[in-house]
Amino acid sequence: MDLNSFAFYVLATVMIVAALRVITARNPAHAVLFLVLAFFNAGGLWLLLQAEFLAIALIMVYVGAVMVLFLFVVMMLDIDIKRLRRGFWSNMPLAATLGLLLLAEMALVLSTDYFGATAFPDYVQPADYSNTKELGRLLFTDYVYPFELASIILLVAIIVAVVLTLRHRSDVKRLDPAAQIAVKHTDRLRIIQMPAEKEAD
Amino acid sequence: MEQSVLAAFAWFWNLFGWWDALWALVKPVWPVIWIIIKIVAILVPLLLGVAYMTYWERKIIGWMQGRIGPNRVGLWGLLQPFADGIKLFVKEILLPTKADPWLFLLAPVLAIAPALAVWSVVPFFEGGALANLDAGVLYVLAITSVGVYGVIIAGWASNSKYPFLGAMRSAAQMVSYEISMGLALVCVLMVSNSLNLSDIVRAQDHGMFRDWGVKFMSWNWLPLFPMFLVYFISGIAETNRAPFDVVEGESEIVAGHMVEYSGMAFAMFFLAEYANMIFVAAMVSIFFLGGWLSPVSFLPDGILWFFAKMTIFLFTFLWLRATFPRYRYDQIMRLGWKVFVPVCLVWIPLTGIWMMSPFNIWK
Amino acid sequence: MSARDLIQTFSLSELRQGLAVTLRYLFAPKITIQYPEEKTPLSPRFRGLHALRRYPNGEERCIACKLCEAVCPALAITIESVEREDGSRRTARYDIDLMKCIFCGFCEEACPVDAIVESHILEYHGESRADLYYTKQMLLANGDRYEAEIASAREQDAKYR
Repeated sequence: MDLNSFAFYVLATVMIVAALRVITARNPAHAVLFLVLAFFNAGGLWLLLQAEFLAIALIMVYVGAVMVLFLFVVMMLDIDIKRLRRGFWSNMPLAATLGLLLLAEMALVLSTDYFGATAFPDYVQPADYSNTKELGRLLFTDYVYPFELASIILLVAIIVAVVLTLRHRSDVKRLDPAAQIAVKHTDRLRIIQMPAEKEAD
Repeated sequence: MEQSVLAAFAWFWNLFGWWDALWALVKPVWPVIWIIIKIVAILVPLLLGVAYMTYWERKIIGWMQGRIGPNRVGLWGLLQPFADGIKLFVKEILLPTKADPWLFLLAPVLAIAPALAVWSVVPFFEGGALANLDAGVLYVLAITSVGVYGVIIAGWASNSKYPFLGAMRSAAQMVSYEISMGLALVCVLMVSNSLNLSDIVRAQDHGMFRDWGVKFMSWNWLPLFPMFLVYFISGIAETNRAPFDVVEGESEIVAGHMVEYSGMAFAMFFLAEYANMIFVAAMVSIFFLGGWLSPVSFLPDGILWFFAKMTIFLFTFLWLRATFPRYRYDQIMRLGWKVFVPVCLVWIPLTGIWMMSPFNIWK
Repeated sequence: MSARDLIQTFSLSELRQGLAVTLRYLFAPKITIQYPEEKTPLSPRFRGLHALRRYPNGEERCIACKLCEAVCPALAITIESVEREDGSRRTARYDIDLMKCIFCGFCEEACPVDAIVESHILEYHGESRADLYYTKQMLLANGDRYEAEIASAREQDAKYR
């Protein structure tokens, strides 16, 4: 076993264990952190495939931003495990069906001749191959319209999120930091010159 | 570099006549040993720098407040960091009863590990990086964004009010300022046409002013001055330093996420904070002040220039801390989202237009 | 927000003013007194550790009038008086609990014979509360040891009393 496949098996094992712990951990904060561990290992797997841009982007976007916000929310939850367990058996059939469906799809995709590991020839990379450059070239030439479309959809999503959560409540007394920072001393303070004593008549 | 180190080893062991036997043993694992030597050569000065950063912080802030700072341990107090270190080292690490023990102990490790790991891509001089990554800038952004986990997990695992508040603040603040940091870097990437930190430094080594001999005028700080300020100020916020230190604001929430920590576990957070500070100084030097490049053409380039530039920014960190009162939390958020992000979003198209115009200076 | 304010904000003019102040103080002379080696001057009116004085002939001044005990706002002074063989009225016990004392100096003011005084001594300590319970012997010993300084402080302050 060479070093590459050894690294692959280590990363894959840790990733599968972490992914299992995501759904079995009792504490949601632990589950989120196991998911972070799984992302790290997925990043490592991509690094093994020389896809360093994707690996780093995965860690930057998912680990660095998305999961932080997840953790932010999950940490503030007050979890009652008993209450969560109550619906377990009634939801079980639906969940099991969906799980089996996913499993079957994955098996189909991975085992058939169209998508399986044997379907693609080994790609020999040129010496000056840069994953980042190649991705950038594809995104901004061959796939520029889908790419721009995706960014517009995301922009719309951002604006919608802002608009939906933006509320102006008139019954709350709050300070506007912009107005506070803009205040100058001349707005608040007037220095008056006056003689210290009245002159004697 | 590798050859001269090997020659030095050979000279030393030949004094005893052992070199040939030793080399036969070591040769198969030499690449690993060479990497470990490089890691040690980066980390030992870094940790010494962190130790003396705490000393200089106390000295300089003392001087700015009319005091003289630590001067009791050793000559001019120069041994003070070691006294502090030994004290923290021998202290007990307390584990709160209701804390989550694994995460509580994992948090300091998660704080210090990214702070050290991120140094692997820093080019100290021409070709002097541990890993000359092509996606170096992305690596820097990714690893620094992981640093927030140490703070969040510490706050949550402590199972205590103030640490939790500190964790909440830090999560929101660091995610916000990463955006303006990233956007400020986009301008740098555009003008240097690379994600490789060494290439970014090299890209600053040509231009009209360089040919005139005043090389420092052709560095990125001049054409990208607003981005330079945005990046440095966001860097201060990202490292939770004054005046953006609401995460550990001692007058509001005692020490934030570090309240329940003691001994070496506390020292880990401290080390991470200062290592991050030094790292932000290094990044500003590389992105905007030409890294190892000399400011004038009659002096040679070299690692000393890099350290000199870092020193300026580290001093500025302390200077700002001694000068400004702490921002209020909503003001920090306003600055990040309503000032820095729009400024960046204006400057990126401006830079693009500049690069497309006949006045492009980065060709 | 006017254009002038906008320029002022984005040129960080106020921040630069603040930074200039701290930079000036970086090079300004430092005002730290390095305590054990350097000390600030003490006023002759300084109220430190208590002492009981004697007359030059060695007779203790205190006449056990108990004015100090009466005036003490912290109830730190305890006095018992006896008649000595020569018929004079003296203290059998004169204790000051320094844990209670607030160093207001009323005892000193009340004393008709300048017996109880507060000296300039400020560096003293005790390892338990009992160590700071000063008896008559200890107070007299203080007076004997620091008589010269106490007398000179009283001398300097006399014209303002």
